[in-house]
Amino acid sequence: MVETTQQRVEQRQPEPLGDWRRYFSFCVDHKVIGIQYLVTTFFFYLLGGALAMVIRAELMTPGAELERSLYNGVFTIHATIMIFLWIIPTLAGFGNFLVPLMIGARDMAFPRLNALSFWMIPPGGLLLLSSFFVQSGAAGAGWTSYPPLSTQQVQVGDLLVTNFGQVIWIASVVFLGTSSILAALNFIVTIVAMRTEGMELFRMPLFCWATLTASCITLLGTPVLAGAVILLAFDLLLGTVFFNPTGGGDPVVYQHMFWFYSHPAVYIMVLPAMGIISEVLPVFSRKPIFGYKAIAISSMGIAVLGFLVWAHHMFTSGTPDWLRMFFMVTSFLIAVPTGIKVFSWLGTIWGGKLELSSAMLFAMGFVSMFVVGGLSGIMLASVPVDIHVHDTYFVVAHLHYVLFGGSVFAIYAGLYYWFPKMTGRLLNETWGKIHFALTFIGFNLCFLPMHQLGLQGMPRRVAEYAEQFQSLNVLVSIGGFLLGISTLPFLFNAIYSWLWGPKAPANPWRALTLEWTTASPPPVENFEYLPVVTAGPYEYGTVGSSPEGDTPTAISQPKS
Amino acid sequence: MQSPISSNDAAMSQAIGHGDGHGEHPDLRMLGFTLFLISEGMLFVGLFVAYLTYRAAAPAWPPAGTPELEKILPAIFTVILVASSGVIMLAERALKHGDMGQFRLFWLLTTAMGTIFVAGQAYEWMHLEFGLKDGLFGGTFYVLTGFHGMHVVIGLLLQAVVFFRSFKTNHYTPASHFGVGASSLYWHFVDVVWIFLFALLYII
Ligand code: HEM
Ligand SMILES: [Cu+2]
Repeated sequence: MVETTQQRVEQRQPEPLGDWRRYFSFCVDHKVIGIQYLVTTFFFYLLGGALAMVIRAELMTPGAELERSLYNGVFTIHATIMIFLWIIPTLAGFGNFLVPLMIGARDMAFPRLNALSFWMIPPGGLLLLSSFFVQSGAAGAGWTSYPPLSTQQVQVGDLLVTNFGQVIWIASVVFLGTSSILAALNFIVTIVAMRTEGMELFRMPLFCWATLTASCITLLGTPVLAGAVILLAFDLLLGTVFFNPTGGGDPVVYQHMFWFYSHPAVYIMVLPAMGIISEVLPVFSRKPIFGYKAIAISSMGIAVLGFLVWAHHMFTSGTPDWLRMFFMVTSFLIAVPTGIKVFSWLGTIWGGKLELSSAMLFAMGFVSMFVVGGLSGIMLASVPVDIHVHDTYFVVAHLHYVLFGGSVFAIYAGLYYWFPKMTGRLLNETWGKIHFALTFIGFNLCFLPMHQLGLQGMPRRVAEYAEQFQSLNVLVSIGGFLLGISTLPFLFNAIYSWLWGPKAPANPWRALTLEWTTASPPPVENFEYLPVVTAGPYEYGTVGSSPEGDTPTAISQPKS
Repeated sequence: MQSPISSNDAAMSQAIGHGDGHGEHPDLRMLGFTLFLISEGMLFVGLFVAYLTYRAAAPAWPPAGTPELEKILPAIFTVILVASSGVIMLAERALKHGDMGQFRLFWLLTTAMGTIFVAGQAYEWMHLEFGLKDGLFGGTFYVLTGFHGMHVVIGLLLQAVVFFRSFKTNHYTPASHFGVGASSLYWHFVDVVWIFLFALLYII
């Protein structure tokens, strides 16, 4: 135990993240785990992106280049990776790195559980990818895996065999789901019980509110998804008839269970992203956030309402009229808390001293693209429209505006904003802006025309399409390739800057949240002394802080 | 692979007691475990609702030609399981008074009652005249009781671990006994789930 004191002195050194080997170990430091999440998931993002390039190459021509079942596998695994191995866990990565720092804690509530949640992700991901190599081929019924399509046997040569790729998909989803449940309960306990002195709930940075809310959704929703896919596995492997209409079962029950999770899951994917935006906008507008409480509470509103809209994905599944009415109205209602957030962000930048850094550009990109996706969402939520465009490219356009234009833009904003804190190095801003420009143009070129394709009736998830759709599809594919290329400047920038970039000061953006009161990167124990918080996190340019030199209002003072 | 720094972390986390319950921080593990059980509960809620949907949509339930379910024996086992929830509370009370002997006695009794329940379940499974593949009725029956039975078995394993650990001196004290509290809460959870399940499958 004599050693312990010695070690503690060592850990006070501000450069503890130097040893790269810890990133490959079962390390329990939340900052290491956060970076492990971010790097691993980015790797999966690149894989998912490569699959998207395959899809866009295939869709350059109306005919089928790839074998059909392979094409099915490609878009299914693309979506599954993007949702379960990129957006959801990468946001958990931000949460891991940031939440303890933001609330003034030394670590998460359960550090070992935290490391376990992370270490479930690489095997879960590899398991999913392995499905390309089984005899039956990868799961090919889409990320929604509706039966009876997903439970059908597949033809291999002359034989009909069990769809083993689908079984792998199920195992992987259950595995990754468990990981995210464990992470979620860790976030909840950390936020509820580990806040430093003076960090009242309504003084928490909005990112913490968003993570708290998203974690509640994960905790309540994910087990239902697990239930659905486990029943699916019984049908596949053991010959039960839960979702098999020929044996008396009902495939629609699967859809209900699936969407009971998967609609709320879109908020798991966007609420923390919105949290990132609420951090970035005030800093680069030098203004307090507009409507702090409204944003915090509207997250909760979205979470509650989010559990009451799921059947808007099932308007054409034989859902009775009165139920369609109900789900149409609840879906419209979601626009209210969502709108509150959007107007609060606009109010935040309105009249601010905007600094158009890369992080800010991506944040503003988020707000504008998310609005487009929200509007197409409202269109889809109205039954008469949805009946026409369900399962067309219009839905694909909608979901990419909210998930790419929304979540992914926010993730980039967060990476540019917190990179100096995480690595102790500054990213190159010029390359950041090039990255933004390419992404913004590529994104809109890729996904805007999809609205029109959908309205004209081009179905999603097919490799072959009618001749008249070709010119728009070529445009979409060009946008898609541009989007693929746009990742490169970011990758080079990140790798180069991490190794050789200029050293970052503790608070390069003059931000007020607690993570900026400690060194970049923070020492192992986060804060030399736990800070005591005396004011809210967004008091930019207000009395007592000069606009040129806002200093964090939380004062670090000795605390046992 | 354990890097030198991460073992420092372990020392660190002990030194500042990351909510491990051994430092100055309050024990947060019970809160975490409760959240986990809420999540588990949602798994059962999902399955229950699916079951009710099937029932509501079926023209007749149980479907015509399904053999009658024996009710008396399952009812007896239900009483035993529910009673064991009370016994485990007695065990916890004994622990709070520092009476380890009584604690172990009641704890073991709980495990014995749980084992009887599982044995009863196994007996019933072996004597039913329908199988997993016999339509929705058979499928839902086996999956629901099977899922629950799995949880009972996990609960019993937890109890066994706690039982053996209770022989280490001062492993559980009247003030600190997360393992006991958690496995006891888990047991109540398993019990409540069964009450719902029994009502769904056998009564209504
Ligand atoms: C204003 C709020 C929103 C409304 C009213 C809305 C409505 C809808 C509706 C009705 C559909 C079903 C379309 C169909 O299949 O026919 C849909 C699909 C989808 N939405 Fe939204 N949405 C909203 C926001 C979001 C957000 C914020 C996200 C994610 C961050 C999201 C992600 C998705 C996804 C992934 C799908 C496609 C699911 C599939 O693969 O079938 N939506 N949306
Ligand atoms: Cu939805």
